[in-house]
Amino acid sequence: MSEVTQLIHHYLRHNKKFPHMLCAGCGHGILLGSLIRSVHNAGLSKDEVVVISGIGCSGRLAVYVDFNTIHTTHGRALTFATGIKMANPELVVIVLMGDGDALSIGGNHLIHAARRNIGVNAIILNNEIYGMTGGQCSSTTPQDCFSMTTPFGQLEKSFDIVDMALASGANFVARTTAFHAQLTDEVIGQALANPGFNLIEFFSPCHTQYGRKNKYKNAIAMYQDLKSKTMDVDKYKALEESKREGVMPIGVFLKRDDPALETRYAGVRAKLQEAKQKKAEAAKAAQAKPAKAKEPKPDKGAKGKETKQDKGDKA
Amino acid sequence: MKKKRTQLFALGNEAVVEGALLAGCTFFAGYPITPSSEIMEVMAQRLPMEEDSVFIQMEDEIASMGAIIGASLAGRKVMTATSGPGFSLMQELIGYGCMVEAPMVIVNVMRGGPSTGLPTSPAQGDVQMARWGTHGDHPIIVLSASTVQQCLDMTITAFNFAEKYRTPVILLLDEVTAHTRERFELPFAEEYEVFSRITPSVPPEWFHPFQDSLRGVPPMPPLGAGYRVHVTGLTHDEMGFPTQRPEEIEEAISRLFRKIDQFYPDIMMVEEYKTEDAEVAVIAYGSVARSAHHAVDRAREEGVKAGLLELKTLFPFPRPQVVKLARRCKCLLVPEMNMGQMSREVKRVNNGITRVRTINRVDGRIITPTQILKNLTQI
Amino acid sequence: MAATKKGLTTVAIYPDWCKGCGLCAAFCPKKVFEMDPVAGKARVVNEEECVNCGFCELHCPDFAIVLSPKNTDTDSSNNPTAKAKP
Ligand SMILES: Cc1ncc(C[n+]2csc(CCOP(=O)(O)OP(=O)(O)O)c2C)c(N)n1
Ligand code: SF4
Ligand code: SF4
Ligand code: SF4
Ligand SMILES: [Mg+2]
Repeated sequence: MSEVTQLIHHYLRHNKKFPHMLCAGCGHGILLGSLIRSVHNAGLSKDEVVVISGIGCSGRLAVYVDFNTIHTTHGRALTFATGIKMANPELVVIVLMGDGDALSIGGNHLIHAARRNIGVNAIILNNEIYGMTGGQCSSTTPQDCFSMTTPFGQLEKSFDIVDMALASGANFVARTTAFHAQLTDEVIGQALANPGFNLIEFFSPCHTQYGRKNKYKNAIAMYQDLKSKTMDVDKYKALEESKREGVMPIGVFLKRDDPALETRYAGVRAKLQEAKQKKAEAAKAAQAKPAKAKEPKPDKGAKGKETKQDKGDKA
Repeated sequence: MKKKRTQLFALGNEAVVEGALLAGCTFFAGYPITPSSEIMEVMAQRLPMEEDSVFIQMEDEIASMGAIIGASLAGRKVMTATSGPGFSLMQELIGYGCMVEAPMVIVNVMRGGPSTGLPTSPAQGDVQMARWGTHGDHPIIVLSASTVQQCLDMTITAFNFAEKYRTPVILLLDEVTAHTRERFELPFAEEYEVFSRITPSVPPEWFHPFQDSLRGVPPMPPLGAGYRVHVTGLTHDEMGFPTQRPEEIEEAISRLFRKIDQFYPDIMMVEEYKTEDAEVAVIAYGSVARSAHHAVDRAREEGVKAGLLELKTLFPFPRPQVVKLARRCKCLLVPEMNMGQMSREVKRVNNGITRVRTINRVDGRIITPTQILKNLTQI
Repeated sequence: MAATKKGLTTVAIYPDWCKGCGLCAAFCPKKVFEMDPVAGKARVVNEEECVNCGFCELHCPDFAIVLSPKNTDTDSSNNPTAKAKP
């Protein structure tokens, strides 16, 4: 293991102030380490990786790593990612979002990114709270739990991110936690190698804003909790329904390789290009024998181009 | 044999697409809304056939903005198009675009408001919103067009300004201009200028992505070119990293303003018609400028020395041109399809020099030449 | 990452980066760390016991722990930074 920390240092922006701004014991830092190791293990160069983050404590991670980094606005990171991937499919796009970011304000973008199957690797750092703004409830705060805005307990149900991603059409869905750094390395690695929309939910203890209000003595207690309540998803599936209460399955829930949106788009463009070429050749042939061949009707909507050619022919 | 320009007969909205393609637009993201949808529909048809170009329909206007900013950072010339309600949704990211200095063109075809308002009727109610819609102090460029030909020309200009000054540029059309179908011409390549953003000429180690310079506009590398810039909506220093230091904040924000301010003469575009000897002048923009053009001709027939100052740039407000006119005229007449948004600017710069009268129409109908003429002859 | 024998690993903490969260001390299977109540940071007290399981280095949220083999003349192919592309 001798290489781990040195490796991470190779990818940090050392002109930034360290230690980073996160609280002691914040799970977000563990994810940052995992991300760096996974990118390294995938053999990617720093230049081809784009890390896009939203707003929140999770959003602050981007500034620390020496990739192309974009700290966007609250909830919109996936929309930037979609634009970037479509604009340049060569780039490896990784999106870091908080739970508030990804599921509350940006929930719509999340399901649509999954539905589109855009080639983006999205990691949701789920601390079940709005960390940065001081501990208000989020859409993953568990029912009956406390926050600054649910002082009498959360009345609403929370989202299950994995279920949501599965239902929305993501290509790859996994859950991991800050206690399971090795599993996290592993699933990020798998995502980086998989086409289309890959989603990873990463449970990330926030003692400062969530733990304190919910009877966790310290950050360690929250990690202890993650250790004891998690179970490999395959084992979990084998479990009787009645024994599943309170158990959190982790691991890979789905992996398939449907072609990504940018790939499908390239396919359409290739077809159009081919048709265009054929048409040009046909026009050439027609010019050679002007009496017989008739120009195909210009298709609707492409008016400008067609008119241009028509006029050109007449002139 | 003299070459003839290609003549087209199409909607203002379609001319916008022609302009965008001539200007080098290779990325469009949008969400349908009347009366701007034709821009998106024609883009959907055209872009996949153009060289290396991308069209995508997003889930809303916020997402459309996110996608074009992302693509702009990736090195593309980008555009989106919308109308009032969608323009409201875009505001947060327009500010982000100003802050990170991403070139982009946003077309807003104005319809009646507030709220859902009058989806198929013209209005000019988004003028001040285009200037001040996003939060925080920021400069912005807002252009307009009154004919289908101008839709094409001003779209090219919008792209050039966006790329030259690294800023969002808003093209404000109204429903009438966007849905007028008339003849216009495609300029020859040598007849228009196409400007593309400047990219760094120094190696990554030497590059300061937001450094000040004489022009005030830093070079912009595309993502993946080796520069590994940090882009953030937080106020940042010249390296792109967030800062809390007053001197760095001051420098960053004042540069954002200065990079536009110092090029006012280049940016402030107007068209004058019979203003040399005018005693009364109409100041108008968009479809109203067309009505005003007719009204001026008819007023002249009736012996009134009328003129027209058509604003092609709405913001930065063409102050010098308006002040010059105010000094010469007995009265300035500002007709608009709102309760008086541009006339606020005219009154502000006029500052008591001459009389300013307004015509305001908010019933979803256009301001007719007759309506303007009546006012011109009464003065 | 296979656990090795005891006594083959150096465990170092960058005190400047350690925020004293206590994760390393709580979860090290061999109780190599102790929390320094005065400095509010972790310190290594039982380096000889370390079995190089890697947990602490992977889970320190502040990248403040460095594990390295005691025997320093290992071959340089072990050096990760040589592999990292710029
Ligand atoms: C449009 C908008 N609304 C609200 C905010 C304020 N805000 C900043 S971060 C945040 C919540 C962050 O929570 P989460 O996404 O879970 O990230 P965490 O800090 O927990 O990592 C909010 C509401 C904002 N920046 N922008
Ligand atoms: S508030 Fe919570 S999420 Fe934010 S840095 Fe602190 S522990 Fe982490
Ligand atoms: S895990 Fe890291 S930050 Fe936490 S106490 Fe140990 S060395 Fe310090
Ligand atoms: S590598 Fe394992 S045994 Fe060694 S100090 Fe770290 S946690 Fe303890
Ligand atoms: Mg959160």
